[in-house]
Amino acid sequence: MNIVIVGGGKVGYTLTQQLAGEGHDVTVIDKRAESLTQSMDSVDVFCIEGNGASYTVQMEAGVQKADLLIAATSGDEINMLCCMVAKKLGAKHTIARVRDPEYQKQMIFLKEELGLSMVINPEMAAAGDISRMLRFPPAMNVEPFARGRVEMVEFRVKEGSPLIGLSLADFPRHIKARVLVCAVGRGGQAYIPKGHFVIAPGDKLSVVADSQSISAFFRSLHAQQRRIKDVMIIGGGRIAYYLTRQLLDSGMHVKIIENNEARCHTLSSLLPKAEVLYGDGTDQELLHEEGLLSTDAFISLTGFDEENILLSMYANACGVKKVITKVNSTHLVNMLDSTGLDTFISPKQITSHRILSYVRAMQNATGSSVETLYRLMEDKVEALEFRVHPSSRCIGTPLKDLPIRKEVLVSAIFRHNKALIPSGNDSIETGDSVIIATTLRGLRDLDAILEEA
Amino acid sequence: MNYRLTARILSYALLTEGALLLLPLAVALYYGESPAPFLYTIAIVAVLGGLLRLPKLRSQEFYAREGFVSVALAWIALSAFGALPFVFSGDIPFYVDALFETISGFTTTGASILSDVESLPNGILFWRSFTHWIGGMGILVFILAIMPMVQDRSIHIMRAEVPGPQVSKLVPRTRNTAAILYKIYLVMTLVLIGLLLLGDMPLFDAALHAFGAAGTGGFGIKNTSVGYYNSAYIDVVLGIFMILFSMNFNLYFMLLLGQVKDFFKNEEWRWYMIIIAATVILIAIDIYPMYGSESLRYSFFQVSSIISTTGYATTDFSLWPQLSRCLLLFIMLIGGCAGGTGGGVKVGRCIILMKSAGVEVHKLLHPRSVRRVSLDGKPVQDSVVHSTLVFFALYIFIIVVSVLLVSLDNLDFSSTFSAVMACISNIGPGLDVVGPMGNYGSLSAFSKVVLSLDMLLGRLEIFPMLALFSVFTKKK
Repeated sequence: MNIVIVGGGKVGYTLTQQLAGEGHDVTVIDKRAESLTQSMDSVDVFCIEGNGASYTVQMEAGVQKADLLIAATSGDEINMLCCMVAKKLGAKHTIARVRDPEYQKQMIFLKEELGLSMVINPEMAAAGDISRMLRFPPAMNVEPFARGRVEMVEFRVKEGSPLIGLSLADFPRHIKARVLVCAVGRGGQAYIPKGHFVIAPGDKLSVVADSQSISAFFRSLHAQQRRIKDVMIIGGGRIAYYLTRQLLDSGMHVKIIENNEARCHTLSSLLPKAEVLYGDGTDQELLHEEGLLSTDAFISLTGFDEENILLSMYANACGVKKVITKVNSTHLVNMLDSTGLDTFISPKQITSHRILSYVRAMQNATGSSVETLYRLMEDKVEALEFRVHPSSRCIGTPLKDLPIRKEVLVSAIFRHNKALIPSGNDSIETGDSVIIATTLRGLRDLDAILEEA
Repeated sequence: MNYRLTARILSYALLTEGALLLLPLAVALYYGESPAPFLYTIAIVAVLGGLLRLPKLRSQEFYAREGFVSVALAWIALSAFGALPFVFSGDIPFYVDALFETISGFTTTGASILSDVESLPNGILFWRSFTHWIGGMGILVFILAIMPMVQDRSIHIMRAEVPGPQVSKLVPRTRNTAAILYKIYLVMTLVLIGLLLLGDMPLFDAALHAFGAAGTGGFGIKNTSVGYYNSAYIDVVLGIFMILFSMNFNLYFMLLLGQVKDFFKNEEWRWYMIIIAATVILIAIDIYPMYGSESLRYSFFQVSSIISTTGYATTDFSLWPQLSRCLLLFIMLIGGCAGGTGGGVKVGRCIILMKSAGVEVHKLLHPRSVRRVSLDGKPVQDSVVHSTLVFFALYIFIIVVSVLLVSLDNLDFSSTFSAVMACISNIGPGLDVVGPMGNYGSLSAFSKVVLSLDMLLGRLEIFPMLALFSVFTKKK
């Protein structure tokens, strides 16, 4: 595809790297020559210096023939203007990053009027990710399928877990919850496991199920682990606002510590049910006074990576069960391997992941019916959601009789708004949606999961 | 430094050279000449190219350093092995002479050590001119166009090989950019061959002259160069095409896309035209007493041939009045446009130099004034201005040092100076001893090596060669 990216910042650069690597023709527009030099030197793309919202610059970038324009500059208004100009010039799809909560309320209106294909709010997306992680405390990563009816959760099997030594075929006998392991990461490799696969400590598992089953599954693994009820958030920025709203809705108690008095007042009027505290989050005494030791989850969301990391390390040392750290510069994360912190959140990374999965689905959607696409296990495994076409050869035959390729696993079937974790006797029917996990690349059609006849 | 990947690129370059040698081989067979010189060379480059492929790649790391070094090494290797057919055939028995001739070919200089080219067999003549065509657009760019080498970072190769202060892509993928450039190059060459055929030139001569003009090389296949045909039509066609080939190929792509406005916005080619027109008129007036009404024709062809850094001649311009000789020396320094096949300092760099001089003077008078050098209505980045200044300083420095070294041969000053100028700017013929009717054969082996280095430095625009020296002389 022909893709134009406006803004060569962190999000823009990640997108550029990924999309160019996946074989798209990418053009980058930025005002600053320095950030273009980086893209130009390390990625095979076309760079244009200039204002991306300007008509002439867009013409130069060939927007009129582009399949997609992604506006990821730091300004909401510029992003929307970019998309508007691009749409009028003839770009097929446009994606804008819009983060101001004010605009968030009129998003549907804006989306329609400006012809935007997707709007992404990094803070809201990050808040969504955090709240999903809190619902399943051991989870490192949670991805929704079928509009949230089914979730795919990634977690690490810790020493002493009851799963160790079990083969997947034994699962139903030992574990009550009905979940399906669809991918395993072991020693840097990714596998699509079969029934005889035995789980070892340190494995990274991806399981699929609806949220109740996943909760039940985790309860049966960690009998001692309670649901998270008390959450402490340091830093009262936009993520904290979106997150608190979601957490309050699911019945948790939330404490926010914020060191700007005015912001505290705003927050407490916006979120009357939350406990908003005016104080310095790095003040040890304050943390203990407000019950750091008894809280279930600790989330550091201040504007400084270093402060967040230190706070999280302290909370971790105090024995808080779930610690989530916001880190903006993702290269810091790699240095934190041995600190015991394992759950990080980076709004920029989430933004680029969301856009990427949209683009992949969009690309796959040309000709086939891929609804969602995620990459798991350091991008080694693809999870795709297909809508089943009436002419598919997979329909009607029980899965155990279908000649399915060995790199493929049918992970879930949706029928009449209900999710089904398939066994060998189930079959795919017309009108279903199915989730496929695979180590193969570029599956375009559901029938591609079958062995070549 | 990723030596394995560099070796892989060298291997690609050598194997491509082996494949390209099949063409002169076919020509030799067609004319009933011995194919042995080409067969031996092909065997040697194939074996070496195969050996260089052996080391397994450990990483795909490829940065500016690898780009510069592999381009410089590839050019040296290509020339070293491209010289072999001349030695094997016995036409140029001494290797240093053959190397000079080959480097002169690949760098599109066109400086020859041969006094009697007409006696060469057709296969050798073909290879000699074909090196111009290969070198004009750059062999690694050619390989980029047909093979995926270092996918994401191939821009470093383009940068090192394509002339001009700034490399701009035409389309997002470097590979497609390279392919488009080569397509334009090929089509223009074919058109030129066709037009020359219409001027009653035999096919063989037409093809070889087209190669020379396309690469802006200028190896003649007659002892009196293009003067042999004595046809006003051929002079005009070649004159126009030499200028076209030395212009920025991006402009043609713009025209193909119908971006006529952007085309006319480009300052470089407008200045190029102004410089050409002014020099043609001045020289025509200056040589009027010698040629009368024909003076414009001779003046146009010679100016076009020199400023495009081709080096064809229709007459012995060494005998022209001093003003004309100096004007020719002056346009030797300027050279063609960035992104074309010409050599020299490049018109674009000269514009930046003049403009930044203007800005400096303005700043002397108004110390607080903020003013930037701009080109085509856009401000030029400081780093580009800076590297242009450094480039020019190095260019002059290399000329001075080379003149000193070549002066050991004890030639007269205009021969010495023009020889260095003609080599570093990739033109070919200079004045007097090395003039269009003379040759470089009488120079000492040492001078030939110095001039060969000058040609490489000029063609690759200094920096890749310097990068090569600094990488291999650095303490480990």
